[in-house]
Amino acid sequence: MSLEQLTRLPLLAGRLVRPRRRGHADPVLIGCGLICAGLLALALIGPVLTPYPLDQTDILNASQGPSAEHLLGTDSLGRDLLSRLLAGARPSITAPAVIVLASTTLGVIVAVFAAWRGGRVDRVISRMLDVMFTVPGLLVAVIAAAILGTGFWVPVAALTVTYMPYIARIVHSAAIRECRLPYVEACQLAGLSSWRICTRHILRNIAPLAVAQATLAFAWALMDFGAISFLGLGLQPPAAEWGSMVNEGRADLLTGAIWESMTAGVLIVLAAVSFNILGERLAARIGDGS
Amino acid sequence: MSEPLLRVANLRKVFPGQGTADDLVAVDGVSFDLQQGESVAIVGESGSGKTTTARIIAGLETATDGEVLLDGKTVAGRGIGLLRAGRDIQMVFQDPFGSLDPRQRVGAAIEELLAVRFRQPKAERRARVAELLEQVGLDEQHAGEYPRSLSGGQRQRVAIARALALQPRLLILDEAVAALDVSVQAQVLNLLIDLREQLDISYLFVSHDLAVVRQISDRCLVMNEGVVVEAGTTADILDHPGQPYTQQLLAAVPRPGWVPSRRAATA
Repeated sequence: MSLEQLTRLPLLAGRLVRPRRRGHADPVLIGCGLICAGLLALALIGPVLTPYPLDQTDILNASQGPSAEHLLGTDSLGRDLLSRLLAGARPSITAPAVIVLASTTLGVIVAVFAAWRGGRVDRVISRMLDVMFTVPGLLVAVIAAAILGTGFWVPVAALTVTYMPYIARIVHSAAIRECRLPYVEACQLAGLSSWRICTRHILRNIAPLAVAQATLAFAWALMDFGAISFLGLGLQPPAAEWGSMVNEGRADLLTGAIWESMTAGVLIVLAAVSFNILGERLAARIGDGS
Repeated sequence: MSEPLLRVANLRKVFPGQGTADDLVAVDGVSFDLQQGESVAIVGESGSGKTTTARIIAGLETATDGEVLLDGKTVAGRGIGLLRAGRDIQMVFQDPFGSLDPRQRVGAAIEELLAVRFRQPKAERRARVAELLEQVGLDEQHAGEYPRSLSGGQRQRVAIARALALQPRLLILDEAVAALDVSVQAQVLNLLIDLREQLDISYLFVSHDLAVVRQISDRCLVMNEGVVVEAGTTADILDHPGQPYTQQLLAAVPRPGWVPSRRAATA
């Protein structure tokens, strides 16, 4: 091998390891993005696409597999599974969306406030977040459901409170880094108000990170809400929700009627994985600075 | 002599030590005057307290003791809060990469200041942005660009334009050309010299680079360990240094045929 070839090797290797340069389309990112967008659309229009009424039972055709009349089969009461999955999309997707929107908003406000004020305020808030961080979200949601009752809003509120410190902690460290950049001092010297610097400058610079973290949190919130529904502490029958459908189909699993648990389970996994990958890819892109 | 634009009297700054560490006296009794339209340089090594002095004058740091008067009005000093000088004192920072908001276009960054401080209508702001960009040697089309697509020298020009947008009376330049290539340094220095002639603005120029100081300043102060060890006209001090510390600083500047003094002693 000539010297010239040798010196080219690392270049070639670099090309093999990093086939895509920055700014090029990432098919995984686009694919997951499309799935996530599709799921959000499903939450919006799913309930109006249902071929059968949600609670129309047909006991003679219970626990059937897919057929021409029931594309995904029926559950143990003979209700159409496709209809229930479509209708269930709304609470199953809305719940994590509300949790993530609320906890990200709260988390970003707390994080930027603490980072901006600095000193003792920052230390107190950070310690409080650390304490909240140690409390598992599912536990809080279960206790809240036990005290305040089941339904949609109680677990959503409980998970919002427990997800907030997670978002706040990550955004906080980014906000502190941002506050230390000289442009912030330049803005202060120019006489811009703290409110303006925080909202127009710091917030704008940490927003991509917050969005990426929120997307990641969406995946976890979806699973946590699914788990709470599975335990029967979320929406109550006859309402359809994917987590509770996994649970309702559980009894039929032994008799070989896997359709209810499986279809709902697959949707939860698909949604969680897509949002997770999307969030991680977005976070990685921000890390690249692109 | 008339009333100075800036009077710094007996300025002192102590950073309290953390835990068992001793307190750090960063600035210890610094006093000087700066006349309207004058350019004064503060030189010294890193850690000499020159940047801290500049930051106290700008209102970015509180003083432990002493007083800073702008036009006879106290703007910093013992018991005075931060940022009291308003837009009369502006500053250009060393780091051209961190001193602009990366997500704000150049034009918007300048316009924002005009909108907030002067409440000018949009058309007037646009015209003023173009004027400012031209003043610092940039094109109007740079207004639409983000800082990341500009070079270090261009960014520093934008930072200068932003500072000038507020029509300050005193511009503090904290190592403002230190991070730039030598050729770009010369361009920015020339720009600063031209601007001073056009705008009758005063400079407080903080630098460790004596060659730069010679070009830009009328008078200079040499600081070491928080104290002004020597002050006078720049030409005088650089050509006939009176103090051993100033002589050392000058001897440490690399030039043709230069041998570092430590090696020269052993040779």
